[in-house]
Amino acid sequence: MIWNRKHLLDLETLEAWEILHLLDTAREFKAVGERSIKKVPALRGKTVVNFFVEPSTRTRISFELAALRLSADVINFSAEASSLKKGETLRDTARNLEALNADIIIIRHSASGAAHFLSRFLKVHVMNAGDGSHEHPTQGLLDAFTIRERKGRIEGLNVTILGDILYSRVARSNIWALTKLGARVTLCGPPTLVPKIFESFAPNVRVTWNIEEALRGADVINLLRIQQERQRASMFPGIAEYAALFGLNEARMAFVKSDALIMHPGPINRGVEIDSSVADGPQSVILEQVTNGLAVRMAGLFLVNGGRGLSVAG
Amino acid sequence: MKLVILDSRTLQETLHRLAHEIREGNPGESDFVLVGIQRGGIVVAQRLAEILSELMGRSIACGVVDVSFHRDDLDRRAIPVVYSTEIPGDINGRTVVLVDDVLFTGRTIRAALDALHDFGRPSSVQLAVLIDRGHRELPIKADFVGKKIATSRAQTVEVQLMESDGVDAVQLCGTEV
Repeated sequence: MIWNRKHLLDLETLEAWEILHLLDTAREFKAVGERSIKKVPALRGKTVVNFFVEPSTRTRISFELAALRLSADVINFSAEASSLKKGETLRDTARNLEALNADIIIIRHSASGAAHFLSRFLKVHVMNAGDGSHEHPTQGLLDAFTIRERKGRIEGLNVTILGDILYSRVARSNIWALTKLGARVTLCGPPTLVPKIFESFAPNVRVTWNIEEALRGADVINLLRIQQERQRASMFPGIAEYAALFGLNEARMAFVKSDALIMHPGPINRGVEIDSSVADGPQSVILEQVTNGLAVRMAGLFLVNGGRGLSVAG
Repeated sequence: MKLVILDSRTLQETLHRLAHEIREGNPGESDFVLVGIQRGGIVVAQRLAEILSELMGRSIACGVVDVSFHRDDLDRRAIPVVYSTEIPGDINGRTVVLVDDVLFTGRTIRAALDALHDFGRPSSVQLAVLIDRGHRELPIKADFVGKKIATSRAQTVEVQLMESDGVDAVQLCGTEV
């Protein structure tokens, strides 16, 4: 099977083999990152635009470094300092970026569907760096990569995603990737943030509001930050209550398998969804996720940029 | 239509001759390492390393290099599947013998040279190929050639080795009658 995707917009529409192909390619890019010369010429002469309409530091830096390590030229474009503030539409701004002969546009936007929207009228490659509550495909891929690398497989694992599921694009991308690769996913958090409807995503997704039940038997626990910036109303009484009911602390670690991985997409709120002793503990792979994110984004850029269907010998 | 270029016996003889030539090309106690190019070059390099280790009475290191990230045709062809690169030890100041199964346009070798230099600065790089089929597009020439054959561009050279394909044979495919 030959990779034939022009864009990377979501994980929902990717086939399982395509996700695995991304992960396999990322593994080789991770090896590149461990060499003394960490740069390869695969995207030499290409221009990558980081089009970040919603603020982000870690994802932007990760994409920027990924593009630089592929030898591409990178332009960072943030909403605060842009013509979007002067009333230009998203479409016009994007078409202006394309007119600069950009090759790949990486978009982060607070509106769900923003990346798909751009892909409908732009000729360049579009990569989704997070669109509203919809998807954050490279985060889903780096989580899958980390699990696969640490556990040796994804199929048959029990993965618990804990926290703000309703507003989380990370949760959605994780659900798609992990269920396609054969994991069982348990979603847990306050009922207001973890609606039952999520069980209709895939056959092996279940919702529970009982944290003890969610932690027991989990091979992986992925903690999500409470995204107050996305909540339209107060979804739970307060941060202290959330920490008391759903925070992963030393006491709750008693329910967690000793070889379970503790993951978090960052930024972490110490003392809220995760205690310092857990975040810095032996089961935490939070910083490995950051390293793997770079490799996964290099793989994504490398694959979307590839030529299609013009197979040549040699 | 397929034409047999090397059968099991002649292929083995060719590899032995190549190994002897590599040894003669690196006289004395000179330290060299074989690096096979993903994927066709790997088994050829492993076979040569086995024969050389026996000939020289010491273990000859054998690595692999993948050239996907260094190709010059990434946006002109289907994206290649990326395989791993494993360079044995430090190549700074050593002789590297790059090994491939078939030498054709020379573009893979160009990419392999670039990939290799990300790992250090060898004192010299030599090239050993099982088959040289001509049609070079770059000024690249092999130091050690198993068999040189005349081909047309439309033909393909199929190299099969016991370890990867269960049989030892080299065939020229698409031969005109």
